[in-house]
Amino acid sequence: MPKKKKETSFENDLERLEELVNKMESGDATLEESLVWFEQGMDLIRSCQAQLNNAEQKVQELIQNTNGAIDTKDVK
Amino acid sequence: MSEFQDCYTVSNLNRKIRDLLEYQLIDIWVKGEISNFHHHPSSGHMYFTLKDGGSELRCTMFRMNNSYLKFKPSDGMEVRLFGLVTVYEKRGQVQFKVTNMEPLGLGDLYRAYELLKRSLDEEGLFDDRHKMKIPPYPNKIGIITSGSGSAYQDILNVLSRRNPNIDVLLKSVKVQGNGSAEEIVDAIEIFNNYDDVDLLVIARGGGSIEDLWSFNEEKVARAIFDSSIPIISGIGHETDYTITDFVSDLRAPTPSAAAELAVPQLDDLLSYLAETKNRLIRSVIQLLEQKWQIKDQLQKRASYQQPIKKIERQFEKLNILHDRSVKLINVKYEKWFQHTEYLSKQLLSLGPKQVLERGYAIPFNQSGEIIRRADQISIGEGFELKTAKGSLGAKKTSDISK
Repeated sequence: MPKKKKETSFENDLERLEELVNKMESGDATLEESLVWFEQGMDLIRSCQAQLNNAEQKVQELIQNTNGAIDTKDVK
Repeated sequence: MSEFQDCYTVSNLNRKIRDLLEYQLIDIWVKGEISNFHHHPSSGHMYFTLKDGGSELRCTMFRMNNSYLKFKPSDGMEVRLFGLVTVYEKRGQVQFKVTNMEPLGLGDLYRAYELLKRSLDEEGLFDDRHKMKIPPYPNKIGIITSGSGSAYQDILNVLSRRNPNIDVLLKSVKVQGNGSAEEIVDAIEIFNNYDDVDLLVIARGGGSIEDLWSFNEEKVARAIFDSSIPIISGIGHETDYTITDFVSDLRAPTPSAAAELAVPQLDDLLSYLAETKNRLIRSVIQLLEQKWQIKDQLQKRASYQQPIKKIERQFEKLNILHDRSVKLINVKYEKWFQHTEYLSKQLLSLGPKQVLERGYAIPFNQSGEIIRRADQISIGEGFELKTAKGSLGAKKTSDISK
């Protein structure tokens, strides 16, 4: 069975981060809002960095079983 | 011969020519270049001229003969024709009746390629509006190539060098010869059904036009066009342009280049994150400075007015926020640009843990709520004091002030 794609992917995190930074740079925020955003932003940066540092490439191959079903096999 | 006797009519003469020529030149081969090619739409017969540098020959190839052709003849194509010389009496025209046609040399592949390219282009398969966006940060990439080929090794090398976070799923296929195009089509469909990868790379190392031919086949082009997963192609060398390249969402000149385009460089991402962090910090500092100025102004104004409790409370709040801002601004003078860890610490310093480290303690009532006012608990009631290292039990003995 195909795996569902991760909900909180790196791409989403980056998008949210970009959004936060843009909001903060627009300068309209209240101080409290912006401190909350700041901390959220730093959390996102940490999470992104953690994802990037979790460097472990998985290599698999799609194969056809004897019954014709498609499956994956770990190569590395 | 007298002027009026034994004078041929045109018809008679043409019949005579026909009788003399026809069935004299049969089962022969003739080679040359096709021009004025016309495939009659309703009859299905082909009419064209075969020429070389010095001469031309009218040719016809009837539907019953041309329906077996494996390629589509067109102007400029070098061919050799098998058939017989006939005379079209009505026009007094010598013509070659073609029963078989073969392309000469490799020219036919180039032409077949040009023809398919033109027709798919006209159909709109190469239009930019059909190009899908290549995901900038794929989690997993599907590779369609020969698992034992060097193209695959090149791709793996580039991927692990650029960004070892990204997973790879290979569907090994024949990249040339009989059945290769079908395997490529199947692989594209399997990936689409399996729905586990964000991006496909279709690749093959360099080779002759025959070697690369599967990537010029119409069924492959259509499968790529129909794929709902974006596709990057990397076929052959820089100078090779296959139909696959035109119909793919992005064309890379080589398999390695396809891998480069498929994943963002890890270093780039890290420096992007660092830059974003700088922006975040700069903006918060700017905002704090700006609010602090407003606070100063308000304070000046308030100093010659009656002090109002509400304003005082706001000042108090601003003071607290200012303390936090000062910490952040101080950071500016450190080398926080390069150091994530340092920033994390700075952030933590805003949290309760660091406050406790400085010798503060937090009182909790028996239901675990923070005690913010002395009258929240009554005399004799026990509570818990949380310090930086461990908690201790306490009991309220008196009210010092209301």
